[in-house]
Amino acid sequence: MHMADALISPAVGGAMLAVTAGMAAYSAKKISGDMDEKKIPLMGVMGAFVFAAQMINFTIPATGSSGHLGGGMLLAILLGPYAGFLTMASILLIQALFFGDGGLLAYGCNVFNLGFYTCFIAYPLIYKWFTHRGLTSKNIFWGATISALIALQLGAFSVVLETLASGRTELPFASFVLLMQPIHLAIGLVEGLVTAAVVAFVWKARPEVLEKAAAGEAMGNISIKKVLTGLVVAVVIVGGALSWFASSSPDGLEWSMERIAGTAELEAPAGIHQALSDLQSKTAFMPDYGFKASEEEIVEAAAAEEAAGTWPAVDAGTSVAGLVGGALTLIMAALIGYVISLSKKKGSRAAA
Amino acid sequence: MSHHKVEVSNLHFSYPDGHQAIRGMSFTIFHGESVGVIGANGAGKSTLLMLLMGILFPDSGEILVGDTRLTKKTLPMIRQRLGMVFQDPDDQLFMTTVGDDVAFGPRNYQLDEAEVESRVIEALTQVGIPHLKDRAPFKLSGGEKRAAAIATVLSMRPDILIMDEPTSFLDPQSRRRVMGLLKSFEHTKIITSHDLDMVLETCRRVIVIKDGLVAADGPAGEILKNQPLLDGCGLEMPLSLQSCPNCGASKYEVE
Amino acid sequence: MNDALHNIRIWDDLARRQNAVNNLHPLVKLLTTIFYLIVVVSFGRYEISSLLPLIFYPVVIFSLAELPLGEVLKRIAWAMPFVIGIGIFNPVFDHQTVELLGFTISRGWLTFISILIKCVLTVAAGILLVATTGMERLGAALRMIRVPRVFVLQLLLTYRYISVLGNELARMLRAYSLRAPGQKGIKREAWGSLTGSLLLRSFDRAQRVYAAMCLRGFAGEYNSGAMAKIGAGDLGFLAGWSTFFIMARLYDWPLWLGSLLTGVF
Repeated sequence: MHMADALISPAVGGAMLAVTAGMAAYSAKKISGDMDEKKIPLMGVMGAFVFAAQMINFTIPATGSSGHLGGGMLLAILLGPYAGFLTMASILLIQALFFGDGGLLAYGCNVFNLGFYTCFIAYPLIYKWFTHRGLTSKNIFWGATISALIALQLGAFSVVLETLASGRTELPFASFVLLMQPIHLAIGLVEGLVTAAVVAFVWKARPEVLEKAAAGEAMGNISIKKVLTGLVVAVVIVGGALSWFASSSPDGLEWSMERIAGTAELEAPAGIHQALSDLQSKTAFMPDYGFKASEEEIVEAAAAEEAAGTWPAVDAGTSVAGLVGGALTLIMAALIGYVISLSKKKGSRAAA
Repeated sequence: MSHHKVEVSNLHFSYPDGHQAIRGMSFTIFHGESVGVIGANGAGKSTLLMLLMGILFPDSGEILVGDTRLTKKTLPMIRQRLGMVFQDPDDQLFMTTVGDDVAFGPRNYQLDEAEVESRVIEALTQVGIPHLKDRAPFKLSGGEKRAAAIATVLSMRPDILIMDEPTSFLDPQSRRRVMGLLKSFEHTKIITSHDLDMVLETCRRVIVIKDGLVAADGPAGEILKNQPLLDGCGLEMPLSLQSCPNCGASKYEVE
Repeated sequence: MNDALHNIRIWDDLARRQNAVNNLHPLVKLLTTIFYLIVVVSFGRYEISSLLPLIFYPVVIFSLAELPLGEVLKRIAWAMPFVIGIGIFNPVFDHQTVELLGFTISRGWLTFISILIKCVLTVAAGILLVATTGMERLGAALRMIRVPRVFVLQLLLTYRYISVLGNELARMLRAYSLRAPGQKGIKREAWGSLTGSLLLRSFDRAQRVYAAMCLRGFAGEYNSGAMAKIGAGDLGFLAGWSTFFIMARLYDWPLWLGSLLTGVF
């Protein structure tokens, strides 16, 4: 569920990068402030551990298929939220650079989706709630499982919002959600169960590791105020993304409204729709990426797109020109590459 | 020259779980000596090294390096003079290139970059791997890793070298090469190992540890020949001192 | 498993060679790459022809740095599935048609193609950055743009220990599979103990690494060496490519070229 560069717009990528950079800077300050330099090598090695652990195939009982570990929740539990967040961020950076898993522009989105929810939402609010009365196998099991599950659901939902706000796909909101959430319910369940099993093992074998993590440092006293600030930030971002989406794609929301109205006999779609279109007109300063418009708006939308120049190939002549020119461009690029490597080879032969 | 001396007196240490690892150790190591510290698994060798390096602090007793008592306050100064080579080079080579690793210590002591550079070259040349400077640690062979780990310590110009199992995991030729290196150093050396043939060759003096106490302390040749003592401490005579299984003749005469 | 380790080594080796691109200042390459990515993703869904000139950048860098084509393509292919998975819904949901060379195709396919092209370009640019720069020089570049020391040091440590822990895990998995013939993955009973054992070993290793760092004077500060200065050539690289990207963004060259040619014929 790594977001890819190809699916986002510069605005979404940039905004998410800025948000996560802020969180990372705050976390880094928190760690250096506590003079907890002992944590740095621990974070480094744990990052490598999660990398390795992601390669393990966990057989899912009674299905014959297998799942993998993401590791965000495990890092939060073992290192605390700040160190966990930074460690997750470095894992994702290495994945983006070396494996093409998520890109550099989508990096902010990925850190947010996989690091923020685990470390700053699920860990303090869910895992801590389960384990605040003391660590027992049962508390660890439910705390780790449920927090990993919920964190991944939130992350998957973020993927939906970020993609739609970027306006690169035609997927309607509701079907995208229906596609993403159930898949990540399954993935999250495996994630949660593996996390729980590992934490339980560590707790039995070396309880001091967990106790040290839970006591001596900042995460023990994460204040409600900070959590609330974090939540407000998240709500603003999510809200911004939603309204953005609403402004550029009324159709997607309409579609999901119909579904809800149809199945649950909701009698107030008109009111909601009114509110949404009000919201839309208020946020209309955002660029309309031209999601497929509803029936009567097609002509209008097409005209608007033409005017905005987003769709140049309406008449056949320009489209042919575009095709020919595109092909030529590619041929030229290939030629240049070929010539350079040829001269390189000659050069090295001459040198040798 | 007394400042290269290491003096341990009446050292006690127990772990938080109550295990008494060191129960009253005393010895003095003088300038230029090479001392092998041997003992069975769990005898307290590693704990002793950690106490010497100030990674752990004793419950009672004291450690003097030169004339300075090892305390939290004197630690930075003392660590500059003691260089420790870890058993697993992967623990010691934590940077992305060998050169950066060797430079890590000097940079932490705020030397200027030109001095750092010359120390890196010097240390790598001393262990014979100047060509590996820009290599990533994971590209090295076991012997090269060991040499690089030693270089990371040499670049800090320590007075005293402490080595934990310097020949473990090495093939015979790499082991030979490391032993040659050890013999070439003029530093005061403290070497722990189960490789008693290596100890016999590189150390003049041996301290045997058993159950957190010094069981014996004397010239290497004498102690490593003392079969009852070694048996009692969970060790055995170096192969080179054992009699030939066929004819019973001893191959190596030590006074 | 070994595949993943192999991948990291490949890019690391490539980045250590000496050539015109590798010797450029890492910060310049980082900034150029980021600017390139912004330009690529800023294109709208229906712009395909104008997106194409941007392929010149990866092709030129790729050829100058003499990278192995197969490895780069493999990396790109690896990144495709998720993008295809999301993009494939475009043709499903956008049925409006356009006419192209007498054929009628739906706009959804066009937007799908646009996403695929972007995926290839962005992944290629990222791979080229690592393969010509290497992790430690990227770390230094991150320091130059004021990324906190804690993060950079931690990032480099993670990178360093991936191969160590990867090998450790590979040994454990081998030992597991030798005693569990015919099993594809790790069964439920061993989830916690296998992963947990690796975790505890990693934990102990972290403590030894910390000790090793302290013994060499580490006190929370990470002192990277002096960084080379940015030279005129580096600035020229950045300025040249930036100009190219901006021009490619502003004008639809292929369309212009095509109109010229189709006008002639």
